[in-house]
Amino acid sequence: MRHRTRIEVGPVQFRIGSDWAAPIAALDRLYAGYPRDRDRPADATVRLFAARPWRRWLRPSVHIGGDYIVPDALPLPLSMGLLAAEMGMNLQVALGWRRHLLFHASAVAKDGRAVIVSGESGSGKSTLAALLGEGGWRLMGDEFTLVDPGSGDALAFPRAVSLKNEAIAEVAARVGPERLGPLLAGTPKGDIRHLIPRADAIAAMHEPVRPALLLFPRFGGAPAIERLGEGEAFVRLTEASTNYVTLGEAGFAALSRFVRETPAFTISYPDSARGMAIVEQLWAEAVR
Amino acid sequence: MSAVETLVDLLAGRRPAADLAPREWDGVIGVARAEVLLGTLAHRVEDGEVPGPVAWLFADCRAAAAVATKQALWEAEMARRALAPHGVEFVLLKGTAYAAAGLACAAGRQIGDLDILVPWHDLGRAENALLVAGWEWVKEDAYDDAYYRRHMHELPPLIHKARDRMIDVHHTILPRTHRVTPDALALVSDAVRTAGGFAVLCPTDMACHCAAHLIADGDLQGGLRNLWDFHALTGEFAALDRGFWGKLDERAEMHGLERAVHRAARLARDLYGTRLPSGWNSHPPGDGRYQRRLLARDDWGRATDPLLQQAFYIRSHWLRMPPTMLARHLWTKWRKG
Repeated sequence: MRHRTRIEVGPVQFRIGSDWAAPIAALDRLYAGYPRDRDRPADATVRLFAARPWRRWLRPSVHIGGDYIVPDALPLPLSMGLLAAEMGMNLQVALGWRRHLLFHASAVAKDGRAVIVSGESGSGKSTLAALLGEGGWRLMGDEFTLVDPGSGDALAFPRAVSLKNEAIAEVAARVGPERLGPLLAGTPKGDIRHLIPRADAIAAMHEPVRPALLLFPRFGGAPAIERLGEGEAFVRLTEASTNYVTLGEAGFAALSRFVRETPAFTISYPDSARGMAIVEQLWAEAVR
Repeated sequence: MSAVETLVDLLAGRRPAADLAPREWDGVIGVARAEVLLGTLAHRVEDGEVPGPVAWLFADCRAAAAVATKQALWEAEMARRALAPHGVEFVLLKGTAYAAAGLACAAGRQIGDLDILVPWHDLGRAENALLVAGWEWVKEDAYDDAYYRRHMHELPPLIHKARDRMIDVHHTILPRTHRVTPDALALVSDAVRTAGGFAVLCPTDMACHCAAHLIADGDLQGGLRNLWDFHALTGEFAALDRGFWGKLDERAEMHGLERAVHRAARLARDLYGTRLPSGWNSHPPGDGRYQRRLLARDDWGRATDPLLQQAFYIRSHWLRMPPTMLARHLWTKWRKG
């Protein structure tokens, strides 16, 4: 394709092609600090393309393609090309990655132990991870957490964090503008702005971490903590995993081991400060 | 050299994997994914010959294919448990059959739906038994449903409500309205048993079905994979039985599939290096178009040559039904939008 780039996030090497220069330039800026091995073959291909040649210029709209596609997915306007690229990358990982058990979850780590935060969008998992990552924690990722079936370790997927709506101002108040992408206003998912993870989080992205804690957050309501049984954690994680079924027996073994070894809690919190305090408190109890 | 040609050379064993520059793998992997041949490629090349990241990816593919094969065979077993109490016997077709028979082409091969063949007179009972056992209709559309029942070689697709897996129940291997009508009774009566107790088509019929599926039915979409099946099947059968090609010739003629089988054999020879006996080794100019269609993919895995694709699409419909029926069908489909 005419415009192209390569991005390495955690264990995945992407090649991304585009009919337009703008999305590639935006990606290159966001991912400038990531490791680059020009000779490494790509694991996954993402294509951003115009459905008809004239739609490159005339009301340009970006279709998302690649190794895996979602049939009938609606295109995005070119101004949201960066979001299209992000969705394309997520899609390839969600549908194509087989090396690890994949959870739709954010994660942060400290002292070689990980807190994994799984929830629907709107649960606050991205915001919590982003804010913790600006404190004493290493951000492992805001979207996917990978678990190695052999060792049981968690692996990072620290793509640029997708901040949404109120979270944008909350995080922007703590980081310099050079760490933020352009504001994408009025996308189908609301306002979006990307946060570039801290350099130390990117540098450590290949280091595996022992899972210490599994949290299912709920944003809103009074602060509350509830211990979850292994069975319920298991069922919730099968729903949060995009490849549990396709991994077959290996997926079952990895997930069983994960819920047996990792204490799980649901937490409710009215604001980010109290959410972070709950995480710190549970962390202190879990690693004691 | 384009990525799709490199892929074909790697599969054929014409080019050592160690010869590729690291970045050449981008296109090869992309094209192999698009043609659903990545698992097959992962079994064809040695890990030591490829860059580390490719070796890891190929290991993933082999593991994923092994799980998928297990799941596909389990699905066959589920169908057996649903149909056996009603006295309905079936023959496994395509990917599941190759896996059940332990054939070489099953290594790394992706298996989509469960395809089974039942005798025409058992079709109604098979349908009822599957519905009782938890399979459900996918297509709610009355026209599509009637179309399948009246004109196709299979029931409308069914999906199991708990396992979310699709089953295609065939009563023959080409649409009823197709210009060629293979002998469905012979397909069933000459089927053979695998060690695991499943029935599969006999070797010559398996090759005939593979060629029919590739050449006589459909628009050659995903044709490289079907052609690889044909190459691997015939190579394996010919190694076990020196008279295989002669028997295939006779069997193909009986089914009316001699042109499709010979075409598939020549294409397999030209792309994958299949060794054919002397009587099969012609070079008709028409094969070039088929070869171009099979290789119509760019280094980003995108389909190319839309006009040629369109031509093969129209051809597939032209073969499937008489002109007046085709006109009626297209008119109905167009009105429904």
